Amino acid sequence: MAALEAGCRYYFGYPITPQSDIPEYLSRELPRLGGEFIQAESEIGAINMLLGASATGVRAMTSSSGPGISLKQEGISYMAGSELPGVIVDIMRAGPGLGGIDASQADYFQATRGGGHGGYRIIVLAPSSVQEMYDLTMLAFDLSDIYRMPAMVLADSVIGQMKESFTCNPRPKVALPDKPWAVRGRAEGEPQNIVKSLYLGDGEMEAFHWKMHARYQELADNECRWEETDTDDAELVLTAFGSTARIARTAVAMARSEGIKAGLLRPVTLFPFPKKAYAALSERCKCFLDVELSTGQMIDDVRLSVARDTEVHFYGRPPGAGSLPTPEELLLQIKKYYRTCA
Amino acid sequence: MKNVFARPDSLKDVQTHFCPGCHHGSVHRLVAEALDEHDLRSRTIGVASVGCSVFLYSYFDVDVIESPHGRAPAVATGAKRTRPDRIVFTYQGDGDLAAIGTSEIIHAANRGEDITVIFVNNTTYGMTGGQMAPTTLPGQKTSTSPYGRDISKDGAPFRMAELLSHLDGVAYSARVAVNSPRNVLQAKKIISTAFRYQVEKKGFAFIEALASCPTNWGMKPLEANQRVADELIPYFPLGVYRNTANL
Repeated sequence: MAALEAGCRYYFGYPITPQSDIPEYLSRELPRLGGEFIQAESEIGAINMLLGASATGVRAMTSSSGPGISLKQEGISYMAGSELPGVIVDIMRAGPGLGGIDASQADYFQATRGGGHGGYRIIVLAPSSVQEMYDLTMLAFDLSDIYRMPAMVLADSVIGQMKESFTCNPRPKVALPDKPWAVRGRAEGEPQNIVKSLYLGDGEMEAFHWKMHARYQELADNECRWEETDTDDAELVLTAFGSTARIARTAVAMARSEGIKAGLLRPVTLFPFPKKAYAALSERCKCFLDVELSTGQMIDDVRLSVARDTEVHFYGRPPGAGSLPTPEELLLQIKKYYRTCA
Repeated sequence: MKNVFARPDSLKDVQTHFCPGCHHGSVHRLVAEALDEHDLRSRTIGVASVGCSVFLYSYFDVDVIESPHGRAPAVATGAKRTRPDRIVFTYQGDGDLAAIGTSEIIHAANRGEDITVIFVNNTTYGMTGGQMAPTTLPGQKTSTSPYGRDISKDGAPFRMAELLSHLDGVAYSARVAVNSPRNVLQAKKIISTAFRYQVEKKGFAFIEALASCPTNWGMKPLEANQRVADELIPYFPLGVYRNTANL
């Protein structure tokens, strides 16, 4: 629904649990709106259709989960190399391999480190509610167009399958750049447009990498988003993204009711990672407790962001059936580390 | 004096990187002539593939999207579905289309995407240095089939024009060669028809062009040209394999 509100009329995808609701919904809605829905022959086909569509300057998207996102990495790398926008929704499931369909956050590295070959990054947004699935999907289209790079909405099967009320906010009014680079057929007098990622000339590839590096820096300067809960006087700060942050928020409320000064820092953008928020908070609080549905991935970014000597503890529940932590479980962890660091 | 031969408008006035005797240049020219003939240059999107064909954008004076290896039909699908009033063609080699890209080509054809596919079959991977291709002939020696292609292990060469002609989504499937004036004239007619079908929104059109690769065949240009007649055409017969106008 957010994609439609954002003006996306083209979707290319392939069925995989737990994201098949997206193609099912769009296969019904897009033809009514004059758009195109293609159930592609493969995830590889789907991402390359997105590449072709984005190259012509329209808003388009795909979606998948773990194994399918792995297959799409080739196309995502080419899109990044060709400076193409495009939105990819990744509803994470357990892995590696076929894994399982339970909630997972173990694709954090895959998403935030680019995922494919060649040393690129993509924008990664991490919703923790149905409302944010809606709002961040629209934001993904805007950021993707503004920065000319693929944007990923990274959720897990809990958020992806959740039913909760939300408001269909109208599309935010954002100044969007024209797309003079788009391949639409070269009318008389217009320059030839080429969408490509091959750079063979002396210094061309190096210059491209530094240009993208500067763009990533620009993203970090302007687009970091995060949410803080009860952090003003917090001595122990939990940090988690997506569905885990919801459980952490409940645990923080429980801790507060027992007089424990706990807070929560939830990154909304995973790339760019809100380093400055961590750095600032680490000057005030005594320690962090990072919670993830993995054996620890985001914790690397947390440790690189906080002030030197700040303790960052970890509690992880790797994905799999029955591995979602309860708020009570997190409260025990809070108490364990609160004693030693406070 | 009447000018009887000139560079097509759809081709840039530049030197190509193709080796002496390579047939890519001739196929480029025939495609450009077809674009000129139907006045399509200003509304054409070319989709380049990986291999010697990647530099499409350096030679054609049209907008071009570069694709990952084998994915050109999927990229072209995305472009055509979003810009149905544009003319979209892919230009792919045999490794690209008939090995790593078999899934993309078969499904784009089966969907009847309204695009034109130019498939250059020179029985080898040209740019990477002459390895065995899905169309390498039985017994043909390449850098990865040093004892000759053994069809009991490597399978037989794909005849793509015939294979695709069995799909309902295909409007036109043909094989041409550019090794003789007669074949060039025939190829010109067939390539022109393929683009006309797209203008008329008839559906998927597939042109397989047999081509020489003197460098990787280890032959002189004339020898390579002769091999097209002696070895390629007997295995890959020329002709129109499907034409919905005749159905």
